[in-house]
Amino acid sequence: MTTMYTPDHEWINIEDHEAAVVGITHHAQEALGDVVFVELPEVGRTYKKGEVAGVVESVKAAADLYMPVGGEIIEVNEALRADPSLANTDPLGNGWFFTVHVTDMAEFDQLMDPPAYDALLKTL
Amino acid sequence: MTETPLLHTPLHELHLRLGARMVPFAGYAMPVQYPAGLMAEHKHCREAAALFDVSHMGQVRLVGADAAAALEHLVPVDVVDLGVGRQRYAFFTNASGGLLDDLMIVRPDPAAAGATFGDLFLVVNAGCKDADLRHMQTSIGHRCAVVPMPERALLALQGPQAVKALARLNGGVAQLVFMSGGMFDLAGAACFVTRSGYTGEDGFEISVPAEQATALAEALLAQPEVRPAGLGARDTLRLEAGLCLYGHDIDATTTPVEAGLTWAIQRVRRPGGARAGAYPGAAVIESQLAGAAPRKRVGLVGLERVPVREGTALFDAHGHKLGTVTSGTLAPSVDQPIAMAYLPADHARPQHEVYAEVRGKRLPMRVTTMPFHPHRYQR
Repeated sequence: MTTMYTPDHEWINIEDHEAAVVGITHHAQEALGDVVFVELPEVGRTYKKGEVAGVVESVKAAADLYMPVGGEIIEVNEALRADPSLANTDPLGNGWFFTVHVTDMAEFDQLMDPPAYDALLKTL
Repeated sequence: MTETPLLHTPLHELHLRLGARMVPFAGYAMPVQYPAGLMAEHKHCREAAALFDVSHMGQVRLVGADAAAALEHLVPVDVVDLGVGRQRYAFFTNASGGLLDDLMIVRPDPAAAGATFGDLFLVVNAGCKDADLRHMQTSIGHRCAVVPMPERALLALQGPQAVKALARLNGGVAQLVFMSGGMFDLAGAACFVTRSGYTGEDGFEISVPAEQATALAEALLAQPEVRPAGLGARDTLRLEAGLCLYGHDIDATTTPVEAGLTWAIQRVRRPGGARAGAYPGAAVIESQLAGAAPRKRVGLVGLERVPVREGTALFDAHGHKLGTVTSGTLAPSVDQPIAMAYLPADHARPQHEVYAEVRGKRLPMRVTTMPFHPHRYQR
């Protein structure tokens, strides 16, 4: 499994072990509505799992972006900063938020796999 | 905490059918947005016409020859001289000059509408309606009948093409000018229509019998110009229009002078006027009218593209706290962060810069005149 999910409706794809990609799920973007602003983490900084690494805001609401795993920020999506609506139109693709060098793969393995996340969505 | 079940407006089933996301608001389940989304709904209202369900608001009629004079004891507004078919913005004040609620007052034509809409027809905020009714019953209930009208729904059709759409149902509505109203038959329903609204656009507010509300809403949505819009868009539209939201931008601790609403206090109710004073808090409001209020409601535009929301603290260049944002968002039509806040008078002049503290950073904002987006009323 290369993509896992958090209860905060973020996804992380670990195809590239050096730079796992993090974004928000379809459910998250739908719940937020039109995204108009993102605050992205600092490149080069190391965050702990669960730490607030950014903010995603719609016209109506603001939500914190949590680190799904601990690690160092490798790159942030400047295209998303310039056009936050990418989080709505392509949340699993061009609307990614940042890439992270995962410190401890055990933290990744503890996240929800796709069936577990689908099950969570069914309870909402 | 025990949960009280949410009330439904007469359009509840229609909202669900349209795919609305429903949220609790003032005790009602209300549509915050439809599948098009807040931004699209907001822009559609600015470009064409948007239909809002505002049936949660309180509709009240006052019945009795003395109703206008009685109501003047509760509002610093000229009600007595309000002409037939004319509408006026007003607010209930408390003993310290604060605002208990803001409302719309219209004097219906007694021959055409008197039986249903009384001598004065009021629309008050949903969250305040129970308190407003008690306030009126207690204070002026001996001089006129205060009759709530839960049997009626309220629709708002707003936008530059609202008149075109509504006139297809009844051409007569095109004759109304801003802040006037009358009885019109719409899709077989006897409606009271005013040319007014809460978006800054031309448009109408329509009081319709509850059981005919869905049919009327469907008839309006069938017009090519009209799409539904939820409370989310209503909030961003009114904020761009510089209009206050009760409980946020105005409340029991803000006076009309501080809030910049003195335009609604006519000369006849001011010192020297024929019916000056004689409303709650008149001494406080008159002294602020004569001198200056210590603080003022201002509009702010963010110089950085970061939304600044309600509750955000504002500081001067030296780090002294000046006030708090009462409403704020990244405005869809203005396309900038906009906000309202109360600032000390010496910081409230246009072009003055203050700093909003957002997530530990101080973001510059500039005091600006309101509305943020020009009004387009049909006067």
